[in-house]
Amino acid sequence: MFYTIKELVEQSADYPSVAAMMVHMEVENTTRSADQIRHLMGKNLDVMVRSVKEGIAGVKSVTGLTGMEAKRMDQYLTAGDFLSGQPILEAVRNAIAVNEVNAKMGLICATPTAGSAGVLAGVLLAVRERLAMTRDQQIDFLFTAGAFGLVIANNAGIAGAEGGCQEEVGSASAMAAAALVCAKGGTVVQAANAVAMTLQNMLGLICDPVAGLVEVPCVKRNALGASQAMISADMALAGLKSVIPVDETIEAMRRVGMQMPSAFKETAEGGLATTPTALKLKQQIFGDR
Amino acid sequence: MPDVRFHSVFDIIGPVMVGPSSSHTAGAARIGKVVHDIFGDTPEKITVYLYESFAKTYRGHGTDVAIIGGLLGMAPDDPRLPDSLKIAYDRGITVGFVPKSDKVDHPNTARIVLKKGDRKLEVTGVSIGGGNIQITEINGFKITLSMGTPTYITIHEDVPGMVARVTRIFSENNINIGTMTVTRSAKGEKAIMVLEVDDYQPGILDQLKQLPHMINATYFE
Repeated sequence: MFYTIKELVEQSADYPSVAAMMVHMEVENTTRSADQIRHLMGKNLDVMVRSVKEGIAGVKSVTGLTGMEAKRMDQYLTAGDFLSGQPILEAVRNAIAVNEVNAKMGLICATPTAGSAGVLAGVLLAVRERLAMTRDQQIDFLFTAGAFGLVIANNAGIAGAEGGCQEEVGSASAMAAAALVCAKGGTVVQAANAVAMTLQNMLGLICDPVAGLVEVPCVKRNALGASQAMISADMALAGLKSVIPVDETIEAMRRVGMQMPSAFKETAEGGLATTPTALKLKQQIFGDR
Repeated sequence: MPDVRFHSVFDIIGPVMVGPSSSHTAGAARIGKVVHDIFGDTPEKITVYLYESFAKTYRGHGTDVAIIGGLLGMAPDDPRLPDSLKIAYDRGITVGFVPKSDKVDHPNTARIVLKKGDRKLEVTGVSIGGGNIQITEINGFKITLSMGTPTYITIHEDVPGMVARVTRIFSENNINIGTMTVTRSAKGEKAIMVLEVDDYQPGILDQLKQLPHMINATYFE
């Protein structure tokens, strides 16, 4: 097993791909066969695809605080008159879609968490046709993301309540960036650089949900995570390198998470959650209960 | 080597779940489900104590709904989950939530107390992110139960010979016991055993359940 990105990169040299290594480790650690493991991942993929489609069609959250904006983004894309590029905007639209479905208590696949579930599904669905990915390659994409995510989770964390949004959307974005690099034919070292650059850009991001709900700012934070993943992947593929090594970056994120005041760790006691508008919304949604 | 809390790729990619929060909804439902499985019965009364982030944001995240859904036996992807409070009410179960301001070791902590007749079970669970959970206390005894390790939990009468009878079953099936915790609330009361083993074998659970003085046995991985 690998416990650092350095170990992940080194050990992956013995396998055809990071995904193949991850499947192998999963077989070693469980009673399941490789086929069963790939089949399970395929079911996760199916849920991701469905949640993107459901969100784009248009959903509203239980509270009414968020919704219908993936649909709006889709209309904007169709109109064709936009500033940034098509793939990034598709990833953004997809990411918003998944998190709108999440906010209405719909079915999603947590990657690594529900609040950050839009990022990985969002970028995968934005590139799978462009890269002519087969179903097996899409499943590999998820194993690659999971491998990098495991290292981040074990050395820092993936709960907003533990380390803020940097550990949720930040981790999701880093995993997605690594999987994008590998899917595009980049090296594992390039994927590691993409992880480092992503986490560095996400460092310090707080978790300040309005009314304690996974809606504002979470839904649009997923748009940030998805677009940053695409940008980091492109930077890594272009040969850009992180000055601070990736494992030191993950350790820095852990420290920032520890030092972050509890007001910014999913308690709704700081940041956007305590703005006058947020407090008014909270009162409207929950009343005096 | 870091403190390895996440073991499987499916801890990171997954679970498939009803939103909105993996730690506050899916993790909460999983804690409830584990407690339901250990109790092995429908309780008459449920009291849930919530700490820190759980205490402050449980309504917005549906943590209350999810824990009760789990305690009714629902998994995190069960479409009935959003309606669990009503289902509990319809079944005549008394449900109470108590947000606490005490400091605890982990921000997402819930202490669940179940009662039926003279039976009482008290379990503390924490949700560590991405829907993953740990059980840290059963009936006042500190334990570590991480999902991902094959684990058996038995609830039985506190009579002589139970430990020997249970361990004999594992020994006869050639299964190694990694760790083992035996606890009871008071002498002669119900006792609990938590056994982490190296391999799963179908059929063992039935053998455990058929032992005299056994009240319930459950398996987790």
